Amino acid sequence: MQRIGVFVCWCGSNIAATVDVEAVSEALKSEPGVVFSTNYQYMCSEAGQNMIKDAIKEHNLTGVVICSCSPRMHEATFRKTVQGAGLNPYMVEIANIREQCSWIHKDKQTGTEKAIILGKAAIAKVHLNAPLTAGESPVVKRALVIGGGIAGIQTALDIAEAGFDVDIVETKPTIGGKMTQIDKTFPTLDCAACILTPKMVDCAQNEKIHIYSYSEVTAVKGFVGNFTVSIKKKARYVDTTKCTGCGVCTEKCPVKNVPNEFNLGMNNRRAIYIPFAQAVPKVATIDADYCNMLKNGKCGVCSKVCTAGAIDYKQQDEIIEERYGAIVAATGFNPIKLDNFDEFAYSQSKDVITSLEFERLTNAAGPTSGQLLRPSDGKHPHTIVFVQCVGSRDTSGCGKPYCSKICCMYTAKHAMLTREKYPDTDVYVFYIDVRTPGKNFDEFYRRAVEDYNVHYIKGMVGKVAPRADGTLDVQASDLISNEQLHISADLVVLAAAIEPDKSARPLATMLTASMDTNDFFTEAHAKLRPVESPTAGVFLSGTCQGPKDIPETVSQASAAAAKVIGLLCKDKLTCNPCVAHSDEMLCNGCSSCEKVCPYGAITYSDKEFRMPDRTTAIRRVAAVNEAVCQGCGACTVACPSGAMDLKGFSNKQIMAEVDAICK
Amino acid sequence: MQGKMIARAKELLQNGTVNRVIGWKAGDFAYDITPAVFNSAEELDAGFVYNDFCGANFSKYLVKESRKEGKILVFLKPCDTYSFNQLTKEHRIIRDNIYVVGVPCDGKTDGETLKLKGITGITGIKTEGDSFVVDTLYGEKTIAKADALPERCLSCKSKKHVAYDELLGEDGEVCESNRFDMVEKLEAMSSEERFNFWRGELSRCIRCNACRNVCPACTCERCVFDNDNSGIAQKAAADSFEENMFHIIRAFHVAGRCTDCGECSRVCPQNIPLHLLNRKFIKDINEFYGEFQAGEDTETRAPLNIFDTEDVEPSVVYEKGGN
Repeated sequence: MQRIGVFVCWCGSNIAATVDVEAVSEALKSEPGVVFSTNYQYMCSEAGQNMIKDAIKEHNLTGVVICSCSPRMHEATFRKTVQGAGLNPYMVEIANIREQCSWIHKDKQTGTEKAIILGKAAIAKVHLNAPLTAGESPVVKRALVIGGGIAGIQTALDIAEAGFDVDIVETKPTIGGKMTQIDKTFPTLDCAACILTPKMVDCAQNEKIHIYSYSEVTAVKGFVGNFTVSIKKKARYVDTTKCTGCGVCTEKCPVKNVPNEFNLGMNNRRAIYIPFAQAVPKVATIDADYCNMLKNGKCGVCSKVCTAGAIDYKQQDEIIEERYGAIVAATGFNPIKLDNFDEFAYSQSKDVITSLEFERLTNAAGPTSGQLLRPSDGKHPHTIVFVQCVGSRDTSGCGKPYCSKICCMYTAKHAMLTREKYPDTDVYVFYIDVRTPGKNFDEFYRRAVEDYNVHYIKGMVGKVAPRADGTLDVQASDLISNEQLHISADLVVLAAAIEPDKSARPLATMLTASMDTNDFFTEAHAKLRPVESPTAGVFLSGTCQGPKDIPETVSQASAAAAKVIGLLCKDKLTCNPCVAHSDEMLCNGCSSCEKVCPYGAITYSDKEFRMPDRTTAIRRVAAVNEAVCQGCGACTVACPSGAMDLKGFSNKQIMAEVDAICK
Repeated sequence: MQGKMIARAKELLQNGTVNRVIGWKAGDFAYDITPAVFNSAEELDAGFVYNDFCGANFSKYLVKESRKEGKILVFLKPCDTYSFNQLTKEHRIIRDNIYVVGVPCDGKTDGETLKLKGITGITGIKTEGDSFVVDTLYGEKTIAKADALPERCLSCKSKKHVAYDELLGEDGEVCESNRFDMVEKLEAMSSEERFNFWRGELSRCIRCNACRNVCPACTCERCVFDNDNSGIAQKAAADSFEENMFHIIRAFHVAGRCTDCGECSRVCPQNIPLHLLNRKFIKDINEFYGEFQAGEDTETRAPLNIFDTEDVEPSVVYEKGGN
């Protein structure tokens, strides 16, 4: 029989306000095996922990139940505490009476009853706990960064700076991400390319960094310190080791009508292309959807003009496998599609554009060479209306419920730059609120209003209607003067909400990393662990975690790098001793466990067994490699015979908990 | 067919391909047919039968039989071959020690069904078109198959053998089956109606374990219900409600592995339509993860043994109106 101590935490008023902690510790005192029960204001404090240590010694406790917050929060803390008093750390069970009880109940009586039940379940479980010893596993000293935008670039540079190898996997033919498409950056208005391209070049030149461009992650196996990742290098039909990036092929290619995604389809590129002048790696890529040679075997011009002999029409997708100690998700964002916002006539008029398209129209490398011209007729627009929050802060279901965070600032930037370059232009900005917290941000916005006379109007645009004369009738409400407005505009710019890249969700599934309902990656702790995913060894960088501007993205990218470096510095990681094991006498040899094991920890062999009737039999049975097993428990539920069980979470323990709850 | 089977079995015994045969043996009554192992040509001549009462699926017997010395000949009907494949896939039978002869099947009836239809004193049976012609002490009686076949045969899923070393007679095709019709009716019930339906059916259970013992998916070295150490052995015996849960637990245990052979319902002495529980799981698996037939081959990963990014989210429960 265990000698169990129960410690009920108040968590200040977090628990004590909705749970009668005194009643809980009193009720649990009479549970079988409980020899000591108390409660205290903050169990995790030094005084609280000492109280636990003293009780272990004084009452010869063999098991400890802490009724407190989620085990996610402080299980490790309390394991260390009991270890300090000479108890095996796995003799602690946590009853979560905060997140699963006090925080969700308003009525103190209900909360107290439930806390007592949760405590009883933990006591029932600890009766069946056995001491466990943790092993160690090595750390692969190499990191993977998924996504080569500014977030991925910064993370990779910082990891490499610390002396570790790091690979960047980028789906596009070049790294650089969305920042390459931006013209100027707020609030200082430096040119995005001028500050980004040196970093791209640094990545290419750093011998610790390897870039897999035009590639994607197809499978992730393993666990912290020991991931095995399959990377698909998509066929670009160009030998990157031979291509010099001279660009002759991109001028000679006869297919001229391919929408240029770098300029958001506002001009065309060839079927063989280099996305933009500063691309890294600067090598050509053939677009198989448009290339005549690949489609019907007729052309071959690029191959003829390539003096380096780099064109290879027979190239195939290649899948490579690489091992990593840590993985950083930096998959970034995209502006949302505007199909749900037809009232703004985006699909009806070429002169209704998104803010990112506006960036391209003002960029020297853009379709108009930096001249702000209307897409429809190439004339200078004289009245421009900017509409903010298109799909942001939208609870109607058409858009996104969150604030995209960057639109207020870039719209102010667009408005200001337009007035600066074309003072004869009238610029209107429609907004719900202008949100400009951040260093020098509000000053920037006030400059747009006060120095550049941008007309900021609080209110939403209700409808944009293209008119026969080529102008756009913008119907809007001015909430401050409480009147309807009609503005005859030449150009309407929509600040479309941003959303996580579509590749993020399948990636999260591969990484077993969690996501929120908007497909942003979830942090391990919203405040205290903002760059780590709840999955050990997976880190978050940039907008894949939430909307961010460039300075914030870069800070977070460096923070993620610091966490990766901290992990890669270690030679060994302590394993989780809560691993699976198989009862050979029950094992059917069916291989179900082997098939579901994500870590390849289970192997089968034929073994000789003594059978009850003095015979021997050869049986096929499973064995678990404890160093590889991560204790996910998938095998224990797949096992039809109940042979597979998880140490620390055995079927019997779970049943005991259920029984205690149902009693 | 019976003659052909005996002749072929004798040949295979004679030429040493196999050293014994598992087949159907006449019992005390014509309809009372029992699985048996035949060791010689003489034994075959004396007792081997194959007729419209031979419903038993032999796949499960092979778990033990295939571990014995020498190769065994087994006759499998199309639906039995699915169980056979599933057991091969799970390494429960040693394929190399088995010689499979596929035999055709047009549905099997049983004595109890015929008696309920008023046909007694049964001495023999044969098929004529869509009817059974039953020899009785009181003369020949004819009954339409539609009235005499169990649901598993009326909604036959396949007349195609998916595993065999040789075939006697023609192989058939996978059938268009209406086997989920009754499941759909159950799904359409309110949860209260459905609860009452199952309480009504399952309350007849006498816990004889026949369903478990015959089930080709229930081949555990030691069944959890017999394992005192599992901590749940007595769970399903505590009261009559938990007793009923035995069948639900069993359906969960065979989910994704059940080939829908229908043996559970065939052997139930209380006529509980146990196969409906399994069919509900099969239907759900088909809907959630794409069409899957357990035992169709020995390689395909079962949907419940695989994770993939296209898997349904738990919210499907709400989408389907559950709670």
